[in-house]
Amino acid sequence: MLQGFGPQLLAGLAITVQVALVALGVGLILGLGGGIAKVYGNRAVRGVAEVYTTIFRGLPEFLVVLIAFFGGSLILAQFSEDAELNAFTAGSLALATTFGAYATEVFRGAFQSVPPGQIEAGKAVGLSGLTIMRRIVLPQVWRLALPGLGNLFLSLLKDTALVSVIGVDDLMRKADIARSVTKDSFTMYAAAAVLYLILTAVTTVILHLLERRASRGIRRAA
Amino acid sequence: MDFSFELIIDSLPQLLAGVGLILKLVAAAVCLGFFIAVPVAVLRTSRSPLVQALPFSYVFFFRGTPLLVQIFLIYYGLGSFEVVRNSPLLWPILREAYWCALIAFTLNTAAYSAEILRGAIMAVPFGEIEAAKAIGMTRVQAFRRIILPRAFRIALPAYGNEIIFMIKGSALASTITLLDLTGVARRIVARTYKPVEVFLAAGILYLIIVYGVTWLLKRLERRLSITPPRLPVKAEDAGPV
Repeated sequence: MLQGFGPQLLAGLAITVQVALVALGVGLILGLGGGIAKVYGNRAVRGVAEVYTTIFRGLPEFLVVLIAFFGGSLILAQFSEDAELNAFTAGSLALATTFGAYATEVFRGAFQSVPPGQIEAGKAVGLSGLTIMRRIVLPQVWRLALPGLGNLFLSLLKDTALVSVIGVDDLMRKADIARSVTKDSFTMYAAAAVLYLILTAVTTVILHLLERRASRGIRRAA
Repeated sequence: MDFSFELIIDSLPQLLAGVGLILKLVAAAVCLGFFIAVPVAVLRTSRSPLVQALPFSYVFFFRGTPLLVQIFLIYYGLGSFEVVRNSPLLWPILREAYWCALIAFTLNTAAYSAEILRGAIMAVPFGEIEAAKAIGMTRVQAFRRIILPRAFRIALPAYGNEIIFMIKGSALASTITLLDLTGVARRIVARTYKPVEVFLAAGILYLIIVYGVTWLLKRLERRLSITPPRLPVKAEDAGPV
């Protein structure tokens, strides 16, 4: 049915997962930094974080991917004639930037949900600001931010399809190639859709398990 | 790198035409999507697994796959069937990129909106539904007069976000040759190879649309929100007299 393109699609799926994981890693760092900047930063730092989230939550992900690719190539061309921008890097970083902007808001909310009394308690027993952060705030932020981050990651998984347009050999692009060879567009895109569905369904289950693990020992209303 | 303001000025009319296409597509998709979302959401709240099966599969598919795949499935995929190509009814619609984009956007936003509405229907206070039953409303009447109007108001903030996501998602129309804002920008970049100026201009226009619509939605929310009446202190709160 897939006329021998099955392994190709699976190889594309692996690239899709890689793009998503790289974007997730970089995006989490950006989001955590942004969240800390918004909650604990001084005015200048808060301003920078505000500008970052305002811009990247307002731009289409697709445009950000295009900007990263074309803008990146242009900047690279300034330095060396024959340097070529890696589409995988440009695409992943573009998705990470958008993810980071949304994650900033999730982390901000999580930081603000840590009861101030606990931070005061930390100060009262003489912990330094950094220790309070590491021992009291961050362990709880993970639990509080997880549901929001999970939803963002599900969007990210689907947005990875955008990098096919700049030439990354992900699942979507493999489906494009298979379509142009076999002329059977419906089967190829349907196969890609099924693989994406499996990917999002499995991710949803994993996120559910993570959430359960992260909130173990939390008191709940019966 | 020489920055060319002239290029931005020169391309502005074309870019604005692209803005027009976005607004047209998104407005149509959101309106049509709403009419699909309401019945899907109502069916999703049914307790019967048989009634639930179809709307569940629909929502699962459209929320679980990338919009890009959905667009290509409709634009390239459906056209690969002989039956569709030979149909005098379907082919004139499905060979046009515009209609395919509209169909994909509509089905996509309807799936997301249905989930938002379902959540809102479930969040309608039990007391109000019981009150509707108590004064003898039928199930349909209760839905039409009490549950749905209440659910719409609860859903509005989340539904507003969905509209914003649709605006940003509409950039994908350019992948099937449509000249929306992103499509126009890509075409000018391909011709001039000046991505900085063109994408900067397009980006600013997107920000204006997105935050303009956000502002309008906030105003709508404020207009529709009801300040709860100040209830008299309940007897049991007041304690023994």
